Amino acid sequence: MSEAQEFKYIGQRTIRPDGYDKVTGRAQYGADLSLPGMIWGRTLRSPHAHAKIVSIDTSKAEAHPDVFAVVTFKDFGSVEGESINAGEGAADVLDLARNCLADDKVLYHGHAIAAVAARTERAADDALDLIDVKYEVLSPVMDVEDAMKEGAPVLHEDMFTQGYEETPSTPSNIATRLEMKMGDIEAGFAEADVIVEREFRTPTAHQGYIEPHACTARYDEDGQSMVWCCTQGHFDVRTSTAKLLGLDLSKLKVVASEIGGGFGGKTVVYQEPVALALSRKAGRPVKMVMNRDEVFIATGPTSAAKLKAKVGAKKDGTITAMQGWMAYEAGAFKGSPMMPGVMTMFTPYDCGNVQVEGFDVVVNKSKVAAYRAPGAPQAEFAAEMVVNEVAEKIGMDPIELRLKNAAKEGTQTIYGPKLKTVGLIECLEAARDSDHYKSALADGCGRGIAAGFWFNIGGQSSVSINMNTDGTGTILEGSPDIGGSRASMQMMAAEVLQIEPSNLKPIVADTDSLPYSQGTGGSRVTFATGMAVIEAAEDVVKQIKERAAAIWNVTAEQVDYADGVAINTAGEEKMSLAEVCQAAEKTGGQISGTGNINARGAGPSFAVHLCDTKVDQETGKVDVVRYTAIQDAGKAIHPSYVEGQFQGGAVQGIGWALNEEYIFNDDGVMENPGFLDYRIPLASDLPMIETIIVEVPNSFHPYGVRGVGESGIIPPLAAVGWSVGDAIDRKVEELPCSPPRVLSLIQNG
Amino acid sequence: MALVVFSSELQLFTGEECTHVEAARFKEIVAELVDKYESLTEEKLMEMAVAIDGEIIHTPFLEVVGEDSELHFLHRISGG
Repeated sequence: MSEAQEFKYIGQRTIRPDGYDKVTGRAQYGADLSLPGMIWGRTLRSPHAHAKIVSIDTSKAEAHPDVFAVVTFKDFGSVEGESINAGEGAADVLDLARNCLADDKVLYHGHAIAAVAARTERAADDALDLIDVKYEVLSPVMDVEDAMKEGAPVLHEDMFTQGYEETPSTPSNIATRLEMKMGDIEAGFAEADVIVEREFRTPTAHQGYIEPHACTARYDEDGQSMVWCCTQGHFDVRTSTAKLLGLDLSKLKVVASEIGGGFGGKTVVYQEPVALALSRKAGRPVKMVMNRDEVFIATGPTSAAKLKAKVGAKKDGTITAMQGWMAYEAGAFKGSPMMPGVMTMFTPYDCGNVQVEGFDVVVNKSKVAAYRAPGAPQAEFAAEMVVNEVAEKIGMDPIELRLKNAAKEGTQTIYGPKLKTVGLIECLEAARDSDHYKSALADGCGRGIAAGFWFNIGGQSSVSINMNTDGTGTILEGSPDIGGSRASMQMMAAEVLQIEPSNLKPIVADTDSLPYSQGTGGSRVTFATGMAVIEAAEDVVKQIKERAAAIWNVTAEQVDYADGVAINTAGEEKMSLAEVCQAAEKTGGQISGTGNINARGAGPSFAVHLCDTKVDQETGKVDVVRYTAIQDAGKAIHPSYVEGQFQGGAVQGIGWALNEEYIFNDDGVMENPGFLDYRIPLASDLPMIETIIVEVPNSFHPYGVRGVGESGIIPPLAAVGWSVGDAIDRKVEELPCSPPRVLSLIQNG
Repeated sequence: MALVVFSSELQLFTGEECTHVEAARFKEIVAELVDKYESLTEEKLMEMAVAIDGEIIHTPFLEVVGEDSELHFLHRISGG
């Protein structure tokens, strides 16, 4: 798709199909399923951030009259270190198992050690107190600087840094080193008239989804089993859970409930294998629901990071060299998003001399999970802050500087390929021409601008469209709907079938009902699952033509299909889609279309954000007074949802920039595991986030779609950070810009 | 012959920035590269995505490239 298309339904703001259920409370979330005979599971968690487990005695808990089962790591059977697709790319099965239930070591405060299933939640909690764990407490390592020091306590004796020509012979907390470069970085800096170099820090931050992790698992006498859970990828829950419990995939059905937010954090399993192991042992269904404390201390936040950025430019604004360094916390097990950080850091810029080095470092915190554009916000924060400072130093408008150096079609990326058609320049121009940017800045306020890049992905999606005899249909998708995909699937199918979207009912089908679908993440669903929907709908149209042709005794090639009507081009006859479906019994059986694809050609999405802040000089409190999010959607299938994604990404990024951070004491214990002390932005904290949808079509999608779920969280860190610095005439180098930190900057520089 | 451009990470194994390959099918390209570079393994290459003329393909198993194509191996991206 490369030229503008006319659409009948795409681009409309239709009523969302899940809306009524959600506002009336009918929608069934992770904690909402109860089954006959169901009992409750609770988890014993480590009070220490780093300790060897000397022994676990569960006998007293097992003797509790209301307890049905107790499980530990040993109940996972013979788990070996092998790579599986566990939601956010490859994961090591042994690490996954050891994160669900600790083996011989606890690696963070809150690390699960054992679980109990009992008649009531209270009984399960009481039984947890009866489990006797003996620890040998070790010194915790709580940040990358300490973890990378020679002589630091080592979390894993079998981890040797990968990424050097020769693998070191001594174990280390550095799992991986990665370097990417192109051009001649030294020559690039030698050409520069101005060089800016700074060091930055970003905090551990959580996705902050409102719904805690919850599941109900049932293991039946015949070995069949079922897990109901809130997840971004129920097929990946099936893979991970089956692997840990030694089950055939066909014997485990996973049903995705409605989901109350995920943002990457619900792409991995925590309780699901444990609940099923408890059910297998207890012979009853088991429900497990985390409380908020558990969500904070034991589920994946995103990486805290230390970063360095150095940018050189000529006086005319030409950027000549860009250099970066980053160390990302992975949490207790290897696998931070350092790699995409390295790949994205300077991608918004068309610069020939670039070098970035990154480190994936384990620390005694919970294992990180994906969070919207994983790895990119931290890296691009550092890059964008320095680019703004370059603009300031040479006296150039920051948008003009970006326009002069903007990545475009043909720009060589540091990670390999040249970019295809992208919309960064269009986003920058929209920002420059916006009412926000043209408006005068109020007294005492600061203004920040930043750009963001995310790849977006394709991947495997499976879809069926089952037509009914009245011409309505059901769309079965395998991608949990976390951002409005049911509405966009409905609209794309309607566009192909040329019938009202409301005649098509989209549902998220369980793992028994469809072939494998990758999880919802990577901004892939509207793009990839949308392509599968289009393919399935085209399959339906093909069958409609064949059935009508059979009725008219002509060939299918002699039948046209337009506006929901089959037309005999060799005669006068016409039949509506409903009439053909009604006649399906007489023409070979019911009509059902399938689209099972591995989508390729995902189009990157660039975003540009503008932020005005006002800072209370006495308290350091920051108020966002105006904010505009501009992003390339390729084609907005449902503009309201696209705007919602822009706003949601912006608000999460603002929270990360302003207030959100994990605070640990000296023993590595998290001190603020609740929304009272871990402060995410509320609606009342922020102005309406203004949005501008840019549409530069992705030529690889039939309708031009690019994913929009992730790029929007990247620019806020630097847009807010620079804006705050501008308001107080200081340079921000550490997030969040919380009142104490801002006040310290005001007072101490 | 298609051009394969190596990332700085893969250059640790190849010792050079790029090479031309005679094969056109992806599987055969991988075999040719593994033959040419002793420390480069099939497993290493097959776990990566590939960009063929700028289009990123996560599972390029059956891909066929043109004579003038440019290939880049890169890490598979996921997301949140």
